[in-house]
Amino acid sequence: MMALAVLVLVRTRNLFAVIVLSGIYSFLMATLLVALDAVDVAMTEAAVGAGVSTVLLLGALHLCKSEEAKPVHRPWLPLSLSLATAGLLIYGALGLPDFADPAAPIHRHVAPRYLQNEVDVPNVVTAVLASFRGYDTLGETTVVFTAGAGIIALLRRRRHPRNEDGDHGK
Amino acid sequence: MSGGLLEHFSHIVAVLLMVAGLHVVMARGNLIKKLVGLSIFQTSVYLLYIAPGKLIGGTAPILAPEYALYSNPLPHVLILTAIVVGVATLALGLALAVRIREAYGTIEEDEITAADNAVQDAEGAKP
Repeated sequence: MMALAVLVLVRTRNLFAVIVLSGIYSFLMATLLVALDAVDVAMTEAAVGAGVSTVLLLGALHLCKSEEAKPVHRPWLPLSLSLATAGLLIYGALGLPDFADPAAPIHRHVAPRYLQNEVDVPNVVTAVLASFRGYDTLGETTVVFTAGAGIIALLRRRRHPRNEDGDHGK
Repeated sequence: MSGGLLEHFSHIVAVLLMVAGLHVVMARGNLIKKLVGLSIFQTSVYLLYIAPGKLIGGTAPILAPEYALYSNPLPHVLILTAIVVGVATLALGLALAVRIREAYGTIEEDEITAADNAVQDAEGAKP
């Protein structure tokens, strides 16, 4: 089903349909993440990927044209490049540890220590996010702040010539 | 270490999604379509990170006395950060697209290049 959504998404030229499909795709991805035991990530993906992203894309679409032009180039060069990349990556992936292999290095390194409940928070993801890797979260906040500042800098100039009624954008 | 294709099914799905996103970014000229392709590429990376952390028979990493086996929490944390950063960069890209639309009147790459070339030709013909 996800493959179908992505295929239609690649082929469709109506941008509104593309955005709705990308929202559906995000929900499917969230379902898959629940199946992989990543409940926190699934919740964030459903809220941010399917919710906020769709709203942002629709807002940008409101300011632009909603139909994509017919591609003028033949798509063979990008297609062959993509397929070559896929072949190489799958060949490389065959050397990775098997799916759900308990002896894989990822389960041997720091994860057992994280699961010992050192900070007394039952949700381990929260404990790692806020305590063990707190500097990562600080860096993330910096990136979000920079992006917000950039958006304001990009979109503010537009409001001065016109009168200040319709504030689209963020 | 190396098994058949079935043991690497999650990797193959992630690679195919990644390549679909890459193809959209390279082949399509519309800037909003390119950004959607970029976010598909991003979600494939989520899958690539989360899938190795899964253990058969494990549960979500929320400690409870009834369970002993948990999935690896570290990739979950990294991907949580990546999702939030991803939506921030998506918003920045859309703001750029809106500005380009105001400056050029279009968000098609070919038309933007054509407009740029026309301006250059006009400037080259003047002196």
